[in-house]
Amino acid sequence: MIRIARRSLVAAVAASALVSGLAIAEEVKPAVGRSIVVASTTSTQDSGLFGHLLPIFTAKTGIEVKVVAQGTGQALDTGRRGDADVVFVHAKAAEEKFVGEGFAAERRPVMYNDFVLIGPRSDPAGIRGSRDIAAALRAIRGKGVAFVSRGDRSGTHQAELALWKAAGIELEAAKGAWYREIGQGMGAALNIASSMGAYVLADRGTWISFKNRGDLDIAVEGDTALFNQYGIMAVSPVKHPHVKAADGKAFVDWMVGPEGQKAISDYRIDGRQLFFPNADQPGA
Amino acid sequence: MATDIVSAFATAFGLIVGLDPTFLAVVALSLKVTLSALVLAAVAGLPLGALLGITRFPGRGATIVVVNTLMGLPPVVAGLVLYLLLSRSGPLGGFGLLFTPGAMIAAQTLLILPIVVALTRQTTEDLWGEYGEHLRSIGLTGARAVPTLLWDGRFALTTALLAGFGRASAEVGAVLIVGGNIAGHTRTMTTTIALETSKGDLALALGLGIALVGLTLAINAVAFSAGRIAARHVG
Repeated sequence: MIRIARRSLVAAVAASALVSGLAIAEEVKPAVGRSIVVASTTSTQDSGLFGHLLPIFTAKTGIEVKVVAQGTGQALDTGRRGDADVVFVHAKAAEEKFVGEGFAAERRPVMYNDFVLIGPRSDPAGIRGSRDIAAALRAIRGKGVAFVSRGDRSGTHQAELALWKAAGIELEAAKGAWYREIGQGMGAALNIASSMGAYVLADRGTWISFKNRGDLDIAVEGDTALFNQYGIMAVSPVKHPHVKAADGKAFVDWMVGPEGQKAISDYRIDGRQLFFPNADQPGA
Repeated sequence: MATDIVSAFATAFGLIVGLDPTFLAVVALSLKVTLSALVLAAVAGLPLGALLGITRFPGRGATIVVVNTLMGLPPVVAGLVLYLLLSRSGPLGGFGLLFTPGAMIAAQTLLILPIVVALTRQTTEDLWGEYGEHLRSIGLTGARAVPTLLWDGRFALTTALLAGFGRASAEVGAVLIVGGNIAGHTRTMTTTIALETSKGDLALALGLGIALVGLTLAINAVAFSAGRIAARHVG
């Protein structure tokens, strides 16, 4: 009895080892098709832009694009570690630092959208309909109305910090219970703002495609300070020899070329254009 | 909110009955990752746990405490450790496993292994206490007793494996970090739920959650029935 038991157990273990061996072999075997990894931001993913762009690019080039959506800071770090072939983010100063450190040969402007200040319809700060973001932030601070900050080093977070500074508010000193750093993505920030009736800075693309709006609406929009520029960089093979430099460059070239730019302007939700291509605009 | 919950159940039903191809691909990847991790953890963990149960060596107590502690290893920590190891800038970067299902399998194996080892250790130690003398008398000592003990404890060990399966299929922190939640490649049920939540589509997120629980229920039901039938045949 014991011998039979042992034999069948050995068989079972051998069979499962075989199965898992096959599973691992399948994972390790290199993909047949060409593919690149693009580290990008939650705003581009959550707005659905990639779902529109990538099939067009893949159909043309045969290169599959795997998007890892992170905050801008994290996406740049992913590129620095050599874990992505292309970085596509929105924080110009941080992108230029990335190029300056030698992680990319150049940064190309791709498109812009804008930030909007979102808040409850009841408008406790009394700023709804304004086009002056600095005055609106001062009103929120002055009245101590709840404000949700991404707090995650994302492009939107960095833009928010710059806006506070431009409004003449020393955030470190002014921080209190009213200022809530959540350390999460754009959607999570909107969910939290929706449930606590707080103001929050969002990129328009994510806002338009966001479904759980509840009582939220746009409070402030249209200020030139709310401009949000996206840039794209192929990770340098000098720093990381294993990156797929040629395929990465093909993606960058397509994005800033006529086809990619047209595909970007074609992307609509409910008839509204979310992103505006501007690769040919000097200094963007 | 109430309408969200109603619509979540409708969504879950639609996903399961409608056999949406994207949804099926996500389910298939989730199962593949979790079952692969479970098999790996079983192949390594069952013998290790049994050896730990029946052998005596200096530092054994400390080993048991460490293994028991690792049962509570936060998935996000396991994910972070593997991320740093598998990153191109990390020691195992040469394999290019980061942001692949292979990395996700490794992460979940890391999470399940302590559960399998710890529960196997307990089961075999109890069995050894009961039958050790008998096994020794027929010449089965040390490692040679391991297969017999694992066989005798198979019903308890099935529960250990189901616990491991539950932990792996439910976690999101580790697979999100090492997999990257890439659509069509490393997007599992739990990372889809996290993504849809962040997009504010709470009904779809909850619908996926309901489908996940339903799937886990089905697997547990199958395991339970199989155990019943097997037990009846053994007598």
